[in-house]
Amino acid sequence: MQQLVEYIYIVSAALFILSLKWMNSPASARRGVFAGEIGMLLAIAGTLMGFQVHNWQWIVPAFVIGTAVGVPIAYIMPMTAVPQRTALSHACGALAAALVGTAEFYQRQPQAATELRGFVMVALVIETLLGFLTFTGSLMAMGKLQEVLPQRPITYRNQNAVNFTLFAIAAGLAVRLVLVPTDTWLFPIFAGLALLFGVLLIIPIGGADMPTVIAILNSYAGLSACAMGFALNNNLLIVAGALDGSSGLILSIIMCRAMNRSFTNVLFGAFGQVQAQAHKGVQRSVRSASAEEAASILESAGSVIIVPGYGLAVAQAQHKLRELAEALTRLGADVKFAIHPVAGRMPGHMNVLLAEADVPYDRLFEMDEINSEFAQCDVALVIGANDVTNPAARHDKSSPIYGMPILDVDKARCVMVIKRSMNPGFAGIDNELYYMDKTLMLFGDAKAFVSEILKELPARVGAG
Amino acid sequence: MGINLPLGLFVFMLATFVGLEIIRKVSPLLHTPLMSLTNAISAISVVGAIMVTGAQDATTLSKFLGIIAITAVVTNIVSGFLITDRMVKMFKKREAKK
Repeated sequence: MQQLVEYIYIVSAALFILSLKWMNSPASARRGVFAGEIGMLLAIAGTLMGFQVHNWQWIVPAFVIGTAVGVPIAYIMPMTAVPQRTALSHACGALAAALVGTAEFYQRQPQAATELRGFVMVALVIETLLGFLTFTGSLMAMGKLQEVLPQRPITYRNQNAVNFTLFAIAAGLAVRLVLVPTDTWLFPIFAGLALLFGVLLIIPIGGADMPTVIAILNSYAGLSACAMGFALNNNLLIVAGALDGSSGLILSIIMCRAMNRSFTNVLFGAFGQVQAQAHKGVQRSVRSASAEEAASILESAGSVIIVPGYGLAVAQAQHKLRELAEALTRLGADVKFAIHPVAGRMPGHMNVLLAEADVPYDRLFEMDEINSEFAQCDVALVIGANDVTNPAARHDKSSPIYGMPILDVDKARCVMVIKRSMNPGFAGIDNELYYMDKTLMLFGDAKAFVSEILKELPARVGAG
Repeated sequence: MGINLPLGLFVFMLATFVGLEIIRKVSPLLHTPLMSLTNAISAISVVGAIMVTGAQDATTLSKFLGIIAITAVVTNIVSGFLITDRMVKMFKKREAKK
């Protein structure tokens, strides 16, 4: 029976790999999810049947409760809250790894001499360290995303030194535990430090960096599962953990590149200092326009590129925007959406938000695909996006966002920006785009303004 | 329970390379569902949690920590797969209605 389980695990691992492979296109993505589900079911069923599992009276209720909590989360959660849910699930996964590691550590104490030697112990401390710090770190990230915690970075003097010292002590204890696994009294201190470190690691990171942080925590959660695989000598766990770890790694690299920052800069840079010194802009004039004027320009446009940012979701204007895109398409315009990698609150978030509003995905373009098209486009319509359109990133070396890849909105023949007011955006940086001669500022709530434009349009739609 | 470290590292190395290659090809459109999917998959740590809780000689502490772990990861499995499916269902091509 044990043998059979090993083979089942191989099938599961293959299904997991296929599952991720099928995520390469929306057409096969559902198949991918299905493959993952089958792989998971097989693995659980195999484990329950293959090992002599006792204590069913404990295990079954745990499964029931987990399912009872999981189903409503999946169906009730609005798409805007998906980043929070993701952070929460990183926390849950990491907590599980940490607790399993802890249980293993105490459980095996009687046989410490034979079973807690060398690499098993190394795997266990890595598992618990990563698990505990990812647990609290993810909870902090979730709090920031949910806006229960302040979005702005919380900083204090010598922050990096404090964090580093703390981590060094935890690492020292980890080494000591590896060498002398019977020092059980050290373990709670070690776990406590890891939990504390997770909190301290995330609080200095601002809300704008959350997409990167989520991806890094994703990677950590995967690696802790992987370490569990080493501790339990289970290859399936190693494979699944490595897949999750590499996925988180790639996504965090993509996010870092999209903001022109390095890992260390995100984790230890405290973007907060930048915010303080940003306000020094001279009063410059902008051109503003009414919905009527905007509508008449859009009506005659042959090609329109819409640049959505998270502000769009805050205003809940996705559906109205899709109606606008449809109306313009009916008028004969070529309408595309340009999605900056950090347009939402987590990697790919904006795509999900637009897909939810029934924007067809073949209208959504990534930055690299669409940047060359701005020069030929009649109107670029910016809604709820700010820093990712700021030309200062290209030439102004003093700008905090210098070097960040941006959407070349300023190259369009006409630029329209829907914005509540002239307040600078999240990073507190003034946007040159707004002062250009070809830019029209459309002041107002995104949803209300788009509706107004829509109202101005249909008269001619019918006629044409 | 002996540990086969070289084999484990070997598997880890291969799985990481496979992971990096596959994930690189995932459409950026789907990065959010990708993250919730990998999250659900890494909840395979349920296997470890079951083994800890279900061991014949499991101590009360093991059982206690184990069921918390099982509850947490089962929540991840269920909500992870379901919400991923909910998301990927939304991605539609433009219907040929024009």
